[in-house]
Amino acid sequence: MDPLALTLIELGAVVFCLGLLARLAGRIGMSPIPLYLLGGLAFGAGGIVKLEGMHEFAHLSGEIGVILLLLMLGLEYTAAELFTGLRRSWQAGVLDLVLNFVPGAALALTLHWGFVGAMVMGGVTYISSSGIAAKVITDLGRLGNRETPVVLSILVFEDLAMAVYLPILTATLAGVSFLGGLTTVGIALAVVSLVLMVALRHGHHVSKAVHSENSEVFLLNVLGAALLVAGAASAMQVSAAVGAFMLGIAISGSTAHSATRILEPLRDLFAAIFFVAFGLNTDPATIPPVLGWALVLAVATAATKMATGIWAAKRAGIARPGRFRAGAALVARGEFSIVIAGLAVASGAVPRELAALATTYVLIMAVMGPLAARYVEPLTKAFARKPAVAAQA
Amino acid sequence: MNVEETNLPGLGRRKDFMTASGRRIGVVERWEGQTELIVSTWDDPDTCQASIPLTSDEAATLGNLLGGQHLAMKLTEEHKDVPGIVTRQFSIAADSPFQNQPMGKACIRTRCGVSIVAIMREGEVLPSPGPDVVLHPGDLLVAVGTQEGLDSAANILRHG
Repeated sequence: MDPLALTLIELGAVVFCLGLLARLAGRIGMSPIPLYLLGGLAFGAGGIVKLEGMHEFAHLSGEIGVILLLLMLGLEYTAAELFTGLRRSWQAGVLDLVLNFVPGAALALTLHWGFVGAMVMGGVTYISSSGIAAKVITDLGRLGNRETPVVLSILVFEDLAMAVYLPILTATLAGVSFLGGLTTVGIALAVVSLVLMVALRHGHHVSKAVHSENSEVFLLNVLGAALLVAGAASAMQVSAAVGAFMLGIAISGSTAHSATRILEPLRDLFAAIFFVAFGLNTDPATIPPVLGWALVLAVATAATKMATGIWAAKRAGIARPGRFRAGAALVARGEFSIVIAGLAVASGAVPRELAALATTYVLIMAVMGPLAARYVEPLTKAFARKPAVAAQA
Repeated sequence: MNVEETNLPGLGRRKDFMTASGRRIGVVERWEGQTELIVSTWDDPDTCQASIPLTSDEAATLGNLLGGQHLAMKLTEEHKDVPGIVTRQFSIAADSPFQNQPMGKACIRTRCGVSIVAIMREGEVLPSPGPDVVLHPGDLLVAVGTQEGLDSAANILRHG
């Protein structure tokens, strides 16, 4: 068959299947990310059907997917929100970082994946899925709850931590010498602080430069700027994702809100292809050996996120049921864990099992997170009632 | 009244206060523009029993209803020494013959001796509106007059 025709047919079939999966996910009220990953596993190396034609396209689309995911993560919060978040909740943020980075890193060291593997797995278990968390909070009608700002401020802190973590990760993965790595990280941190300062003082100029009343012009402006900045960052060895993320932070105010609205369908498409592409590169046969470890990690890091939420909510003066709700809202891991694992796998600096472990882990956490958030309330009520009944008897 | 404003990074802003009965009540304004009315449960003020999405029209109408009640209560208080004078509120329905017409067209003062002392619109008060003020659907008119005068004014506003 004509290669172009083959590519189109494969791509069409994959995107169509993704549509069906997303619909299924919506029907049963879960995040579509685990289903996309499963779809990728089914189509990829060692899967049920092997797709060859769309490989190149899937690779580039996946890269664009990462750029859009990070750009929109940056758009989510304004620089001012990041600063107030940092001032108000840095203790909770640091606790979150320590409690949730350590289990992943420790497991990687146990499995002899070395320092690089520990850096990667720590990131995978640390970062909550702000996408899943925001959706769960909205869907369960918890926007007006008092613990919600606590949850969101932890997500804001993680957002900032990503800005520092990603350049360090990129340098580590590139395997540059200690001194070279220090320079790269130094440059990256300087750029990050500079962008934050510019975003805080002159964010409206950046916003103005890309803004347009015409939605077509606006879309092309934002997308073009994101790809340009990402490309430039990549050329400077700072990782394309970080560049896009910084641009997202610099765009603020109403421009950021309309950019989010306009980019959402594009992000959904390319991010879906990114998850599939990640699944494509993972051999399903590598999953069963790491399944046990993934389960251990899932249970441990669900507990550590719960602990983080409970502690932060308690500090904010939230009553018992609210503390558990805050913890459970943070449990879900998703898109950014896969982004981190994807960066690591693409660099080839980590063993193949890491991809399998990260995939399995995210599959479990993306399903477990929303379920935990939904059922934590009746569970805490049931537990709270039992002693009361006993006391009466 | 002490209204607490809380930023919800990435999602919107919450404005709420504690009622004397121990419930937290307020609104969440989403960045995308929706408004949600929130009411806490009685046993856990941290959580919400209901969060009701409102369109901007619905939010404005609810604001008018609550604000109008407040205004009417104040006016009744002031008129309580004058026997026979009553305060009442009329809302302009979407099928009212006077919607999008200047108020003077209804000739309410001439026909029934009733004064429109204020119009509540989108949560704001237009005090002592003139005859050239155009009525919109959803407006709440605060009227002062006798019982019979108000009855006939209600009839005029509804049926022309």
